Amino acid sequence: MSTDVQGPSPEATEPDEEIASEVALAAPEVMADSLGEYAKIWLSRVRNGDSGALPVILGLAAIVIYFQVRSSLFLSAGNLVNLIGQAAFFMMLGMAEVFVLLLGEIDLSIGYTSAVGATFTLWLLLPPNPAPWPLAVLVGLAVPAIFSGLQGFVVTWLRLPSFVVTLAGQLLALGLLLEVMDSAAPNGGGSIRLYNNVLTDIYAGSLSPVAGWIVMAAAVALAGALFLVRDTRRRAGNLTAPPLSVTLLKIAAMAVAGVVVVLIGNTNRGVGLTVVRGVPWVVLVVLVVVVAWSFLLGRTRFGRYIYAIGGNAEAARRAGVNLSRIRILAFTLAGATAGIMGIIYTSYLGSVSTGVPGGQNVLYAVGAAVIGGTSLFGGRGKMVGAVLGGLVVAVIYNGLELLGLGAAPQYMWTAAVLLAAVTVDTLARRRSTAA
Amino acid sequence: MTTPSAEGARPANAGRASSPDPHVTDATDGTDAMDTPDHTQDPTPPQAGDGADGPPLLHLVNIGKSFGPVRVLSHITLDIPIGQVTAVVGDNGAGKSTLIKTISGIYHQDHGQIIWQGQEVHLHTPKDAADLGIATVYQDLALCDNLDIVANMFLGREETKHFQLDEIGMEKAARQTLADLSVVTVRSVRQPVGSLSGGQRQAVAVARAVMREAKLVILDEPTAALGVTQTRVVLDLIKRLKSQNIAVIVISHNLNDVQSVADRIAVLRLGRLVAVGPASQYDAESIVDLMTTGTSKRLAATSAEPSAGSSSEH
Repeated sequence: MSTDVQGPSPEATEPDEEIASEVALAAPEVMADSLGEYAKIWLSRVRNGDSGALPVILGLAAIVIYFQVRSSLFLSAGNLVNLIGQAAFFMMLGMAEVFVLLLGEIDLSIGYTSAVGATFTLWLLLPPNPAPWPLAVLVGLAVPAIFSGLQGFVVTWLRLPSFVVTLAGQLLALGLLLEVMDSAAPNGGGSIRLYNNVLTDIYAGSLSPVAGWIVMAAAVALAGALFLVRDTRRRAGNLTAPPLSVTLLKIAAMAVAGVVVVLIGNTNRGVGLTVVRGVPWVVLVVLVVVVAWSFLLGRTRFGRYIYAIGGNAEAARRAGVNLSRIRILAFTLAGATAGIMGIIYTSYLGSVSTGVPGGQNVLYAVGAAVIGGTSLFGGRGKMVGAVLGGLVVAVIYNGLELLGLGAAPQYMWTAAVLLAAVTVDTLARRRSTAA
Repeated sequence: MTTPSAEGARPANAGRASSPDPHVTDATDGTDAMDTPDHTQDPTPPQAGDGADGPPLLHLVNIGKSFGPVRVLSHITLDIPIGQVTAVVGDNGAGKSTLIKTISGIYHQDHGQIIWQGQEVHLHTPKDAADLGIATVYQDLALCDNLDIVANMFLGREETKHFQLDEIGMEKAARQTLADLSVVTVRSVRQPVGSLSGGQRQAVAVARAVMREAKLVILDEPTAALGVTQTRVVLDLIKRLKSQNIAVIVISHNLNDVQSVADRIAVLRLGRLVAVGPASQYDAESIVDLMTTGTSKRLAATSAEPSAGSSSEH
């Protein structure tokens, strides 16, 4: 497309070119009247770097095929469920980063703060007098939330770069982790065990196969109904709505994704004579969080202000948005989301240890968010993207491990994918600012 | 010290004598501002002289502003009538920006009064001004490129329904406002502002001001960054504002634009109002004269503006 017509002085702009440039950046949902036109607009947006989910899904499919060719175990039910587990960490931590990345900030501490929170949770659950598990979980979310909130406060109050503040926060959290672990499990050798069945079941427990189908069908039906109601309302209000075919296609895609997840979960992954079937609860946890956070970002004032601050903080300030409050709140939510990741992590491992790779995990989280289309410069990105990006990171991680290649290529391949994602992000931004 | 009446009279018939003006950097001027109210009981209707109908929406009386020892504005007395475009012109450093920042609540004047719809008001923050219905569109427009037109127009004032953003209601209102302003070139109000042309962006910024029920819209160099076509779009927009009975102040360097759109022209020079009157009284040459020397031979004969300062009401 001709990017030069978007500038502030497009004197020679022909009307046609002008429309072309508008289309290139607009949401296809509101510009297209037909499926064909929709596809055309969508393509021009892909070239602009604002591509949505499909390129990520295609890339994911390519990686999956590669690993399956190299190792037939890759697509086995047991490995796929394991993969879902690993993906859940990256997704959750990626979603945590989305809150701050949208502001143009970053939080490098959450890899360790989540472990600090989880340590508190397990400490509270220690026999012989365990606290009620909801309370323990609440503490496990509150600790990283407060930690990140304080970092947000320092970032806004002293106007320090969040990169440096949260890098210091990362070290501080690691120190805290050692300190807290020492008090919680003095004889544990740097680790504390999980003694609660409810939390253990986040991973180990599954929905029954029938329940899995019911939940999936209900979720898809609900989402589909919401889409259709929204479109109908818009049409009733005489506003443009996406063509019915596009909406149906989206619902179909959701249904396919749901069916795939349930099919994988319901396949017997037991070893030997034991039968293990059903979708692990963790899938539901991720689903609930992604829906809740997407609602928060997309449908509330708070979410709108996060995007506004990421796009143009000065404009938001002049419009009366309380920048400090929104920023601190976003950091706090990032911390709380990291807390959820910490709980999931302990459920997977059955313990927390001081050896948790918090620095590495947080980079994977940023990678997940950026691969999923969240800009490092703020203002662009979605929670769903972090889920897809988390899946990509997990597939690479899992697949290379399955090939027995060891840690070295794992790091290098993840680095390559992350670099590619950041390059796409930066080029897209340069293109739109140079325009 | 001169009285305000003498100040006001100078632009038309005594400007030459006053240049270079000792008042501009005179820090003791404050004393004379203190007693000006006592001298300004004469409520001569200022609009009688410059063709406005009805009382002015905004009436500035003897506004003065200094930054340290530098006198940036002195004795600015100016009416802004409803439904008219008042162009404020002047060379760099003439005080145009300070003047609009005072009106929009960013600066508070050191002395003088701001009379809004007959009542004296004190504008200490931009919000004070916005609450009255004074909307300022700065040159940088303050738009979020990543948000669509609707989100930008409602930024900070989003409507909610059941704890959710009322997207449909906001979109309808945004479309209506743009339609009222005859902004027809945007393809969809759901496109990001970053995809718009310069004129369209200006239109969105103005529409946002109008939607907030602005009674006075101040445009700071609205056409400075625009090409010919886009400039025409913005000038048409200003005319639409006027027809909606909104008072408009346009700050501009571009005298062509000023002449094509302004009903009244106020010329600032070195912090003083050297002329104000119906646009028809001035041609480009006389405006340039006034901007650069504070007087114009071409106008000496008509002595057009008897009311710039003498008309202050209290």
